Amino acid sequence: MSAPLVEVSMISRSYSMRSGMFGRATAVHAVDGVSLAIAKGETLGLVGESGSGKSTTGRIVLGLEPPDRGEVRFDGKPMAALGTAAWRTQRARMQMIFQDPLGALDRRLPVATQIREPLDIHGLGTPAEREERVRELLRAVELTPAHGARYPGALSGGQRQRIVLARALATKPDFLVCDEPVSALDVSIQAQVVNLLCDLQAQLGLTLLFISHDLRVVRQISTIVAVMYLGRIVEIGSADDLFARPEHPYTQALVSASPAPGRRSAGRIVLAGDPPNPAARPQGCAFHPRCPRAIARCASEVPALSAVGGNRQVACHLVTGAETRDAA
Amino acid sequence: MGRYFAIRIGRAALTIVLVVTFAFVVLRLSGDPALMILGPEAPPEAIAAFRKAWGLDDPIWFQYLDYFSAIAKGELGRSMRDGRPAIELVLERIPATLALTLPAFFFKVALGVPAGIYAALHRGSGIDRAVMMTAVAGFTVPSFVLALILVLVFAVQLGWLPSGGQDSWRHAILPIATLSLGGAAVLARFTRSAMLEVLGQPYIRTASAKGVPWHKVVTSHALPNAAIPTVTILGFMVGTLIAGAVVVESVFAWPGVGRLLVVAVANRDLAVVQCILLLVAMTMVTSNLVVDFLYGFLDPRLRAKGAHA
Amino acid sequence: MAPLVSIEGLSIAFNDVPVLRGVDLALGRGEALGLVGESGSGKSVTWLAALGLLPRHAKVSGSVRLDGRELLGAPAAELDHVRGGRVAMIFQDPASALNPVLTIRKQLCEALALHRDLQGEAVKAEAKRLLDLVGIPDAARRLSAYPHEFSGGQVQRIMIAMALAGNPDLLIADEPTTALDATIQAQILELLSTIRREMSMAMVLISHDLGVVAENCDRVAVMYAGRIVEQAPSNQLFADPVHPYAQGLIGALPPLDGPRRRLTAIPGTVPDPAHMPSGCAFAPRCALAAEPCGLAAPSLALISDDRTVACIRAEASRRTLLGMAAE
Repeated sequence: MSAPLVEVSMISRSYSMRSGMFGRATAVHAVDGVSLAIAKGETLGLVGESGSGKSTTGRIVLGLEPPDRGEVRFDGKPMAALGTAAWRTQRARMQMIFQDPLGALDRRLPVATQIREPLDIHGLGTPAEREERVRELLRAVELTPAHGARYPGALSGGQRQRIVLARALATKPDFLVCDEPVSALDVSIQAQVVNLLCDLQAQLGLTLLFISHDLRVVRQISTIVAVMYLGRIVEIGSADDLFARPEHPYTQALVSASPAPGRRSAGRIVLAGDPPNPAARPQGCAFHPRCPRAIARCASEVPALSAVGGNRQVACHLVTGAETRDAA
Repeated sequence: MGRYFAIRIGRAALTIVLVVTFAFVVLRLSGDPALMILGPEAPPEAIAAFRKAWGLDDPIWFQYLDYFSAIAKGELGRSMRDGRPAIELVLERIPATLALTLPAFFFKVALGVPAGIYAALHRGSGIDRAVMMTAVAGFTVPSFVLALILVLVFAVQLGWLPSGGQDSWRHAILPIATLSLGGAAVLARFTRSAMLEVLGQPYIRTASAKGVPWHKVVTSHALPNAAIPTVTILGFMVGTLIAGAVVVESVFAWPGVGRLLVVAVANRDLAVVQCILLLVAMTMVTSNLVVDFLYGFLDPRLRAKGAHA
Repeated sequence: MAPLVSIEGLSIAFNDVPVLRGVDLALGRGEALGLVGESGSGKSVTWLAALGLLPRHAKVSGSVRLDGRELLGAPAAELDHVRGGRVAMIFQDPASALNPVLTIRKQLCEALALHRDLQGEAVKAEAKRLLDLVGIPDAARRLSAYPHEFSGGQVQRIMIAMALAGNPDLLIADEPTTALDATIQAQILELLSTIRREMSMAMVLISHDLGVVAENCDRVAVMYAGRIVEQAPSNQLFADPVHPYAQGLIGALPPLDGPRRRLTAIPGTVPDPAHMPSGCAFAPRCALAAEPCGLAAPSLALISDDRTVACIRAEASRRTLLGMAAE
């Protein structure tokens, strides 16, 4: 396996938040000790519910936010400090796309101008070459120059997301962070954009960090999938079999909760309790209060992410405990 | 809860200090009160004596501190014109002003709020358009223009009402009308947009979907929510009860606080000007405080959020 | 047996732009019907119109009968009795679905006072019972809380409690779990199906999520551009979709296990309601479209006892599908 393009080691990030009338400021651990490695040309999918820290992880990886602890290395080098010249050079090689394309675009400018903007900023090519590059980018996202002349308001949601993608690709980045890029789109349009992302990745050899709450979309696009719960990775493994054979009780519940046509609801695992609150993380394994299989140890001891065979890693006493017993 | 109020009261006090300071600086730096009061032809000895008597020769920061310590003791200084305590001069004018602004406040609310609600409930109808056109007109025409138009029509042309003075209740009609129309227009526009915003909310649809008759959807679901932004503008209007009639009092020669202010400013009668400004700042700040408390009463979400402020 | 609700030829236009173009639908007592379709297909607007919840400038024509009584154009008092009494509705956005300035007790008791013959303490007791029923812990105390003090999933539970206040025969759930996290969505769907079984209540589940509808409904109607294009028992629809649009929707859904395949995306976008193509609205995006498709809009036709499809190429489409399966 080639050396990872992006290497994240033990990053943590917490915010301070006040709760209640007389509440003291409490630390909210958005991300807590996350390590990831993404090889060149690979896609790592990050799934989790709201409050799992997946978006914060994405922002830290991209250098939009500094980690409190830990380190992000890009192409073997540590991330340059925010705002420095070295950071700008590094940033041109990594781009981000978000859920809401309309918010990411300027409504008052034709979209072709906005695709060209990064080229102008980084001074890439002559004006004629830039025009040609814009046409090329529009073709790459399966739009025509006629679409380029329009304003964001005159395009559909799917077309806008293609424009955002074209702009992100303008500087020929190596690495793309996609945060819920298709969540706001209708199913048929979502499939178009997912296919397009897969095609572009294959053509351009892009490395992707793909963040989504949608298990199906994540599996479709990723080589490796990591599942996050309350700021930690609870399970990571190859996309092909993670959801087919989930090991962590939380992953099992997520898979079970993901509705499938042709299957009736019988046998679904329904987790009790509210969605997790990062401001009040339980002791021990953060998932234990909702876990149908929790044992006494789960309430006191944080399970470490450990290999359980293949390239799968799981952070669960029940899974790794059993594994140790088998070995013994 | 205590924290929520403490923060707001502290902010209010700071606002008053800033207003007083600002007025003090602007007025002291914009001209010599001795010259203004005694006239440019006054003998130099008289001017020197006047300055000494009023402490105008002290360094400005000294005058400032002096003024503040006096205020803390409840002394607001004396009018440089006739030597009476400034507070007395101002207080005796307040009833006259309130005689205009209180009825005007009542009419603003009584006209503006229902007109806005009606317009919102019948959006796009002829009445809605009529209300909005009137409101825009009332909103854009300055009050002195409106006052002059009213005088021209009702005093000069028709001769029904007097054009100025304070001799009978009939003299109050035109000033009150001027104040009411402008304010009602602002309120109508504001209430209408607050209502429209609320009527478009999903919880209004929820209420209809559970079978609540429309008039009750309006009264028990829409109005309490629309009241929240409307209270802001009402609070602002309460704040203008004392000094909101400067222009109108001048046009109609009505001897209220507003007119006193105009005269005092023209004469650089510092103590009086500062006294009025302090009074205005206090009414404004108090009405803002009341609005904040009303918010807490009207909107349960703010009661919780206050903790973060 | 006579249907509980029957909709015939329902059409809706906003400012002369048609958004619903002739919908026929029948719903039996206790039945769970799913409505799927993308945004703008008319799935929500159908039921808002049926209950008279659309803004006044909407032009509605056709017929909606509840137990034989016409609802369109019915007097306001009669509609108020139906809404929340016989037909209850819950919506997508839990954050703004409840009135932010009223306590949960006020909002629940309001519904109870309107539709149930209860007085004084009995109303409060019933409100507490409903909150218990939908699984709000510490119901007695939580009754005096305001909506912002609950999480999204809990608000949706409260909405369900409020919907149950009138003992309705039909619950219309409009994207009830779209704004919720996966594990919370599973809780709400579980709650809905338990309640439906226990109260033998009919349900219309409106969703863009095929999986949600498939798992929770007996029968599914697929909508496209203001019309129903296919209607079938849900297991049959997902095993063997006939309308090319239904096929496309199912093909566009990435699988969760098994081999990964390229998604069969439907090309193009949903037509603009102001500029509908003539004939079949799906024809411009349809791989099987032939010349006659552009001439007249196909009507729903029976293809077996309990399935209808609006496609003149239905036979060809089935053959393609069988061919695909044989591969």
